[in-house]
Amino acid sequence: MNTAAPVVLEVKDLHAYLFTRWGVVRAVDGLSFAIREGETLGLVGESGCGKTMTGLAVLRLLPEPAGRIVRGQVLLEGEDLVTKSEAEMRQVRGRRISMILQDPQTSLNPVFTIGDQVVEALRMLHGDGARALSHRAEEALRSVKVAAPEQRMRAYPHQMSGGMKQRVVGAIAVAGEPRVLIADEPTTALDVTIQLQYLTLLKEIQARTRLAMLFITHDFGIVARMCDRVAVMYAGRIVESGPTRALFRAPRHPYTEALMASVPRMEASVERLPSIEGQPPSLHDLPAGCRFAPRCGYADDRCRREYPPTLPVGPAHEAACWRVEPSPPSR
Amino acid sequence: MLESGAIAAEPLIRVENLAKHFPVTRGLLIARTTGQVKAVDGISFTIGRQETLGLVGESGCGKTTTSRLLLRLERPTAGRVLLDGRDVHALTGADLSQYHTRVQAVFQDPWSSLNPRLRIRDTIAEALIVNRRVTRAGKLERVEEVLHQVGLPLAAASRYPHEFSGGQRQRIALASALASDPELIVLDEPVSALDVSIRAQIMNLLKDLQVRQQLSYLLVAHNLATVRYIAHRTAVMYLGRIVEHADTESLYRGPLHPYTKALFSAALPADPDAPREDMILSGEVPSPIDPPSGCHFHPRCPFAMEQCSRVAPALKAVASGHQVSCHLY
Repeated sequence: MNTAAPVVLEVKDLHAYLFTRWGVVRAVDGLSFAIREGETLGLVGESGCGKTMTGLAVLRLLPEPAGRIVRGQVLLEGEDLVTKSEAEMRQVRGRRISMILQDPQTSLNPVFTIGDQVVEALRMLHGDGARALSHRAEEALRSVKVAAPEQRMRAYPHQMSGGMKQRVVGAIAVAGEPRVLIADEPTTALDVTIQLQYLTLLKEIQARTRLAMLFITHDFGIVARMCDRVAVMYAGRIVESGPTRALFRAPRHPYTEALMASVPRMEASVERLPSIEGQPPSLHDLPAGCRFAPRCGYADDRCRREYPPTLPVGPAHEAACWRVEPSPPSR
Repeated sequence: MLESGAIAAEPLIRVENLAKHFPVTRGLLIARTTGQVKAVDGISFTIGRQETLGLVGESGCGKTTTSRLLLRLERPTAGRVLLDGRDVHALTGADLSQYHTRVQAVFQDPWSSLNPRLRIRDTIAEALIVNRRVTRAGKLERVEEVLHQVGLPLAAASRYPHEFSGGQRQRIALASALASDPELIVLDEPVSALDVSIRAQIMNLLKDLQVRQQLSYLLVAHNLATVRYIAHRTAVMYLGRIVEHADTESLYRGPLHPYTKALFSAALPADPDAPREDMILSGEVPSPIDPPSGCHFHPRCPFAMEQCSRVAPALKAVASGHQVSCHLY
């Protein structure tokens, strides 16, 4: 990891809530992280922990009218996106930050051809004529290794496989040469052999364009392969973050540790997996104190009373737990 | 292949040359059959008592169709499914309702597999009433018993599905499968819709129930680590055929078929220092409507030889309990 590379995206103390009839859902509740040029940060957590809401909040695409950024900053190359108008955000989305969602089926319009959709995305970026745009679209498809792009341009989404559709979504996402790519579980709908092809493609694009990538996933295998650093999210907050290897070798938060231990391994036979009992708290009814305390084997009274501070536990490695022994931040 | 005392050794399930072809039709009024999707194309396997067979492969390989054939949700085009030596697709009357008590299923999505308008006790009891196993008086007792077996409180009986989380719903689905005291449960992706921290709970429950209730499982899953954890034996499918079949341990330690190797190398280990031996397959799984000649895998296989495109390799034993269908062996 190149620590000299400039920070492209920095999120500071971000709070994004959903105001619903049943109460306030604190989906993103004080999140901070930074991603450098060419770096991939993995945002790991279970469904409902707020990881997708984080991606949407960065792009200011929270569901209307319930979702609102209550506090905090999203700095893209130093500019705060939270204070931007909707018109200004339209200049940001697709050009400076793009997003790839889980299901390519819902990202593409079923009644337009692939060519129409790639051209439409490119038209927003370039003032070219129809022929030049169509040529650019073919190039964009070729860059994501869609075979026979001139034929695929005329195909409709249903005529393509899931992996191929996700490549088209990728082509549209990187067409505007964004600085940041948010990938929200982009391979969950794909088969494993196709997943590996796609992840390899994303790595190649990143190597070429020096994209900063926020990779949202629940799969530790993908994290191990794709990410330079990891942030583990639980109930709206980051409980631990650090360099991928350090986090895998020595997880410091009990949630990270328990979660990693509960995942069955491809490469080893295990007689019995330790499981985490109970389930994550609901985001509109959060416990006082540490949110993992009700499921944590080490929890004591202080854990149930007070939320722990985030403390350094190693080089660029932090954890929010009362049990961690803080170590000097760097050496 | 018969051992001494073969009758006692008869497996619970024996599948023989099972095939399911779906016609592809064109035209609305006068439908013409223009092709066949060979979803399952001549497979054989057995499931012993208290044994778990894992069926793995990518989407479209035929693993779900296989499980539906075992459940009698599809009729085979050819071949047989034998339960205790009797063809399940030929059963009628009392034998058929007995079959339904002996074979049960749990599916992937706990959000759609439960009736939202029924209380949990009625969902569970429905299986009992349909299968005429108990009197109405004995019904509640049995409901409480199976709720206890899956680790749910008795109070759950009078609640509705929406009051439960995904993991709890999967426990309820399991409870209603257990209600008729089955011998085989077909598990189709039982944990893939659940959260990571919940999966281990359900997988451990499945293992415990297998021992306590003497169950056999057919586990259909795409997650290879899940299968390694639960299955005793594993069969790998590609385009309707079994390409490799072995004890789970020997399969995972030393996969032989090039497809199995590619599939296993594509599963990413949760370890940043794991050695990377990527074997990235070119292309995608071909259409099962018009599968490649010979070995279905040959167009994507890095080791393909001249005969692979002509002759489909037979499944042959290469070691004790390890079968592979590949001309390399």
